[in-house]
Amino acid sequence: MIDAQHFVILLTILVLAVFVGFEVISKVPTTLHTPLMSATNAIHGVVLAGAIVVTTVLFTDRAPSWILTTVAITAIALGTINVVGGFAVTERMLQMFRKRGASK
Amino acid sequence: MTAANLSAIYGAVELVAIALFILGLRFLSSPGSARMGNRLAAIGMLIALASFLIQTQAVAWWVITVGIVIGGVIGLVSALKVKMTAMPQMVALFNGAGGATALLIGTIEYYANSGAPFGAVIAVSLVLSAIIGGLSAAGSVIAFLKLQEVMTGRPVTYPGQQIVNSVVALTILACGVWFVASSGQMPPVVFLGMLAATLVLGVFFVLPIGGADMPVVISLLNSFTGVAVAITGFELNHTLLIIAGALVGASGTLLTVLMGRAMNRPLTNVLFGAFGSGGGSEPAGGSGGQQNVRSASADDVAMMLAYAQRVIIVPGYGLAVAQAQHAVKALADQLEKRGIEVRYAIHPVAGRMPGHMNVLLAEANVPYPQLLDMEDVNPEFPTTDVALVIGANDVTNPAARNVTSSPIYGMPILDVDKAQNVVVLKRSMRSGFAGIENPLYEMPNTVMLFGDAKASVDALVAAVKTV
Repeated sequence: MIDAQHFVILLTILVLAVFVGFEVISKVPTTLHTPLMSATNAIHGVVLAGAIVVTTVLFTDRAPSWILTTVAITAIALGTINVVGGFAVTERMLQMFRKRGASK
Repeated sequence: MTAANLSAIYGAVELVAIALFILGLRFLSSPGSARMGNRLAAIGMLIALASFLIQTQAVAWWVITVGIVIGGVIGLVSALKVKMTAMPQMVALFNGAGGATALLIGTIEYYANSGAPFGAVIAVSLVLSAIIGGLSAAGSVIAFLKLQEVMTGRPVTYPGQQIVNSVVALTILACGVWFVASSGQMPPVVFLGMLAATLVLGVFFVLPIGGADMPVVISLLNSFTGVAVAITGFELNHTLLIIAGALVGASGTLLTVLMGRAMNRPLTNVLFGAFGSGGGSEPAGGSGGQQNVRSASADDVAMMLAYAQRVIIVPGYGLAVAQAQHAVKALADQLEKRGIEVRYAIHPVAGRMPGHMNVLLAEANVPYPQLLDMEDVNPEFPTTDVALVIGANDVTNPAARNVTSSPIYGMPILDVDKAQNVVVLKRSMRSGFAGIENPLYEMPNTVMLFGDAKASVDALVAAVKTV
């Protein structure tokens, strides 16, 4: 249960984070658009933490059906793909930039 | 240690993670520090996830382990195996995975509650995050299929499409309102039906959007997932998810607007304009209509290049699919050996995503100073002897300047037609991704060299050597 006061605090955090999100990338050059998109993609992989939380709740004091167990495993696997794949592919993109610098 | 102390410690750890995310994004915005930025963000993620894993106190540890191992292997292998040219659709898939996770979290939460009513905040955020996550997941899969050319890149439209989409959207909305009004006490059949409908809507949403607009769509879906994650944060009462999701939602939206601006395509046009649908009926007449072109052999073109003083290479997606970036670099080396000045003109949306072409050319070790942005390179074309267009089409189309009826009218283009000579390397006379004819090909100072981009460039390298 989330009471009204707590909800407003969460909302405040949300709004401030939105402003930071706009501000922090406002000067990005076109060259970095693709890596940046890929990195933000990896950051929203933090949804994996949500999958872990909800799976823990699901398994606390009970043994859920095999269907729900499969759904939980799938959620965690998909979240992990988002995180691991996202950061790894961004790293590969940025490596391309560095290789050029090193060879010069 | 008391529970309150412990949760304060976890909170502090998550604060560190959040600071690392923000610093990471800041560093990712400038070329010198971008790599560091990605690593900082990754370290932040590691810290955050470690904190959450410890908090589970090993309940359901095997479920979590199995999931992480499966996902980790799939994510890592596909990220390391994917060709650099297929990156945009890979990002789309990873994004879809995140969206699907948000959808499944809502589903699990619904079932885990086993009949007890939800509070208003949780009910609203549960249903919203599941819907937005589902839209993003299904849309991303379609974006992937379009870019991978498993299905047509052209807009898929049919009469009454908007009406069908509206009906599906309204149905979802009605179910959502029902869910909230009943505090989540909704029959499972209706709940699952609503989720299925969001997936259908995600598919319908991306289907009518043409391939040329796909980068903007992927960026938009990326910010959708961010929003879904932020709302999931409300559902689970976790500030880390709220902040990280909001960061991505906001920066993703800004990035989407920046991309749309680079293409002079307002977002509403991208989403509802069915870009290129005018060209969809055209190709039959289009390919027949453009016959007034001169084609040349590799030897002719090599001669032209070898006696030029200034050459500008205009790379496009054709170069990317043909994996011709290394061959292009070899050609540039040959020309430079002869004292010819070689530079590259990079349109903001060359390739399929902004910055995509820079990455590909960087992979082939093209020196960074030779890559010129559109604003810097356009004044150079009139004093350029040869503009070598490799697999780029729409971004060189002069119709964007003066043909008001053209779907790409107003899009900023590279002024390739102002060069002394234009050589266009192209697979065939097929029209470009946007499905529009290009008058550039019929101009008197243009010659065409047909064939696969890589084969053509290789032939040019060999021919230049013998001149």
